[in-house]
Amino acid sequence: MDSLPAHMRPERSFQGLILTLQRYWADYGCVILQPYDMEVGAGTFHPATTLRALGPKRWNAAYVQPSRRPKDGRYGENPNRLQHYYQFQVILKPSPPDIQELYLRSLAAIGVDSHLHDIRFVEDDWESPTLGAWGLGWECWCDGMEVSQFTYFQQVAGVECAPVAGELTYGLERLAMYVQGVDRVYDLNFNGRDGAERVTYGDVFLQAEQEYSRHNFEFSDTAMLFEQFKMAEEACKKYLAAGWRDGGNRTEHLMALPAYDQCIKASHVFNLLDARGVISVTERQSYIMRVRELAKACGEAWVHTEAGGAA
Amino acid sequence: MPDLLLELFSEEIPARMQARAVDDLRRMVTDKLVAEGLVYEGAKAFATPRRLALTVHGIPVRQSDLKEERRGPRVGGPAAAIAGFLKATGLASIDEAKIQRDSKKGDFYIALIEKPGRATLDVLADMLPVIVRTFPWPKSMRWGQRSAKPGALSWVRPLHAITATFGLETEEPDIVKFAVDGIEAGQTTYGHRFMAPAAISVRRFEDYEAKLKAAKVVLDPQARKDTILADAKQLAFAQGFELVEDQVLLDEVAGLVEWPVVLMGSFDKEFLSIPGEVIRATIRNNQKCFVVSDSKTGKLANKFILTANIEASDGGKAIVAGNERVIRARLSDAKFFYETDLKTRLEDRLPKFDNIVFHEKLGTQGERIKRIERLVGKIAPLVGADVERAKRAAHLAKADLLTEVVGEFPELQGLMGKYYALAQGEDAAVAAASEEHYKPQGPTDRVPSEPVSIAVALADKIDTLVGFWICDEKPTGSKDPYALRRAALGAIRLLIENRHRMNLIDIFETHAKAFNTTGPAMVGWAGRQVQSSSVDLLVFFADRLKVQLREQGARYDLVDAVFAPEGQDDLLMIARRVEALAAFLDTDDGKNLLAGTKRASNILAIEEKRDKRTFEGAPNPALYSLAEEKALADAIDLLKVEASVAVMNEDFESAMSAMAKLRPAVDAFFDKVKVNDDDPLVRENRLKLLNEIRAATRAVADFSKIQD
Repeated sequence: MDSLPAHMRPERSFQGLILTLQRYWADYGCVILQPYDMEVGAGTFHPATTLRALGPKRWNAAYVQPSRRPKDGRYGENPNRLQHYYQFQVILKPSPPDIQELYLRSLAAIGVDSHLHDIRFVEDDWESPTLGAWGLGWECWCDGMEVSQFTYFQQVAGVECAPVAGELTYGLERLAMYVQGVDRVYDLNFNGRDGAERVTYGDVFLQAEQEYSRHNFEFSDTAMLFEQFKMAEEACKKYLAAGWRDGGNRTEHLMALPAYDQCIKASHVFNLLDARGVISVTERQSYIMRVRELAKACGEAWVHTEAGGAA
Repeated sequence: MPDLLLELFSEEIPARMQARAVDDLRRMVTDKLVAEGLVYEGAKAFATPRRLALTVHGIPVRQSDLKEERRGPRVGGPAAAIAGFLKATGLASIDEAKIQRDSKKGDFYIALIEKPGRATLDVLADMLPVIVRTFPWPKSMRWGQRSAKPGALSWVRPLHAITATFGLETEEPDIVKFAVDGIEAGQTTYGHRFMAPAAISVRRFEDYEAKLKAAKVVLDPQARKDTILADAKQLAFAQGFELVEDQVLLDEVAGLVEWPVVLMGSFDKEFLSIPGEVIRATIRNNQKCFVVSDSKTGKLANKFILTANIEASDGGKAIVAGNERVIRARLSDAKFFYETDLKTRLEDRLPKFDNIVFHEKLGTQGERIKRIERLVGKIAPLVGADVERAKRAAHLAKADLLTEVVGEFPELQGLMGKYYALAQGEDAAVAAASEEHYKPQGPTDRVPSEPVSIAVALADKIDTLVGFWICDEKPTGSKDPYALRRAALGAIRLLIENRHRMNLIDIFETHAKAFNTTGPAMVGWAGRQVQSSSVDLLVFFADRLKVQLREQGARYDLVDAVFAPEGQDDLLMIARRVEALAAFLDTDDGKNLLAGTKRASNILAIEEKRDKRTFEGAPNPALYSLAEEKALADAIDLLKVEASVAVMNEDFESAMSAMAKLRPAVDAFFDKVKVNDDDPLVRENRLKLLNEIRAATRAVADFSKIQD
């Protein structure tokens, strides 16, 4: 790492941190993917995790995923809450026996020295009601700050994981704030340069946070969104029904991925509606159930595809 | 005798599960040893975040041999029976069996089975893998390549190594040879994750514990707790502060570290403007740190105490700085929540409750609040509370559930309501009710004494109880998901400890009308028609009262005796009767009168059965032939008057004294008078007199329901 120029170092630049993690996991043998090209609430939604976690085939991948949480917007005024942020996601199937050590070495790679810092694995059982998924694991703490989520997937999209995949999710902004020693996310150095060449996280995202907060809380077109939810739900079901190769006997599916896109779409639209406060408490539960039903049906279809292990 | 050492080394075990796992491991292994006939001398189990360990000492080297005689079929019995006998006993031929002579039933075969005791090492090798596989973790998981196949091991988190040795102190112990899901038991464990991660070879418990300590692992959770507590107190004291002790947090923190290192950090004084409880909840729940108070003022100080898991190379500076930054961010959030909350008046939050379902059969939270307000209007005058203030308090009491701070820290419900009510200028009693109406939470919790709080607390609990009784969602067995037993006990304590009277049936009946349901069936109660749910609920209260009295060591069996007379629905009166009756039964008069009335009841029961009739009605004075009869009749008449006056005046002590006067007459009657006289008319009259004893005493208590 000493050979890295200063502006590329993880403790100097946000992108340096991302690049370091990518190199580390590429070196381990992961395929380094790019973000999924749809709006999702978390890196787990990327089909490279949700769907690839299912079935018997080996799968090691890492990627950055922009994650949208419409409700978490604060008009750019909160030092660490964002409606759009980055997760770095690693999925290792089957979970290797030394996965904890691999994770700790990745922290060392970005400059977190385990002889100087207090790193802890604190119980955190993960469950995603919308994905019909659960797993056991931890929040990983560094000096009292949660910097990652560590989960052994037990079930995804209603399907038992066999074998179990290990999932690591790094909250990149938090981690960068920690290694850069910054208290306000917008003050993060994005490109590692100084003076006039310096670009901050605020330069890149502050305006977006303001605009999207306005949109998410005040102006998003709820009539359109309600319609979009229904359309996505119907399309998902339609593609799933049409995807079975030989109709009735359900042995091979040919359209799990396009169907799953519609499930992701429905989930994000639901999050937008929820942020606008137009879904009542009782309805909320039923929307979550509807998305879960889509996710489960997609999982069922996926395990009947080649990558899902059917062949 | 030799000792067993067992260690199950895994990835981090949730702190909250460790104590239970320690008990389970010790119990499962020792129970199984005893079941195998291996009586041990002692056992102790331990947990750290990464291991469960157990030592059992003084186990015999092998089981004793077993000899057993088994009876078989008769000699010359059917071939199939003999074949079955040979199979069951393992005999090669019937010639190996003994023949037992029996002249009456015929001779039969006996097999002598000798079962040699097994070596304990083999017994352990069989039982330990079963215990690992069936260990009752509250939640367990699969992992790794093996999870692809069914039947893979399930453990709380991935299990990495098993140490299992058995042997004498003086010798190299044996390894208990077994494997679970590919993990071979051996004698290798590992030290602290960061400070001493290398493999360690261990022989038995003594060197195991010592080697772990050298490898920066304190095995005993109690030792870790002692260290954390002592160091935290010392650290606070050195700077003029006092640790705010917190046992639950201490237990948790001790389960998060193998090598506790206690450090102190601080936060900006400006955060002290937030209520202390919010600061503490923030620091405790989110960061698992202790707070400290100023020794002089007792107020929270701007310091916190954290427990790290390593001795850091810079003495902990980076760790403290990191924790301070997180706590600063957390407190900023809390301050923001608190200040945001203050901008909205509590009553302006209420419309949102109309969209929140309280229970599918009982409507929304909004409807519930309106019901409670109405009920408070009825209860307030009965407990000496100002009706308008009590209604205002009921109106606002739940509003804090919708605030940001309570959303973040549910355990601060009520308390935040009080702060926000005071901040918006509410009357002090109204504000206090926000916090106090949830009380008492259990048998030892404080009971509010301010009338407005009492009124709202009672209305809140009675609304819940009446509602769930109407829709028939009563607690059954161990299932009480809505904590209805606690609610009833709370109402009982509110009434009795504040000495308030209330006719519960009236309250239940009126309040039942507030629910939009067709009520349950009507039943007769004390001469009027009431809903069956109201009577059921009253009986539930009586049962709870019994439990409460039993826990106080009082005569709970007397509840039935005083509850039996119809029309009893005032708990304070019931409790006072129980008290007076218990005192009376402690006297000689009480004991003898109880014996006398029981004797009267027993005689009556027998004679009523024989004659197939009852002996109701007034006896005829003209038929009294003995002085004792006359005296008893007079005593009964006197008691009837005195007792009914005393009961009417709620002077239960006097009622008991009146009953005491009956005792000599009853004693003399049984001494001198033969009830079953030859003259049927005299006999009937005497039985009627006995019935009068029962009837007269029943005005105070039903003696037949008292246990001896």
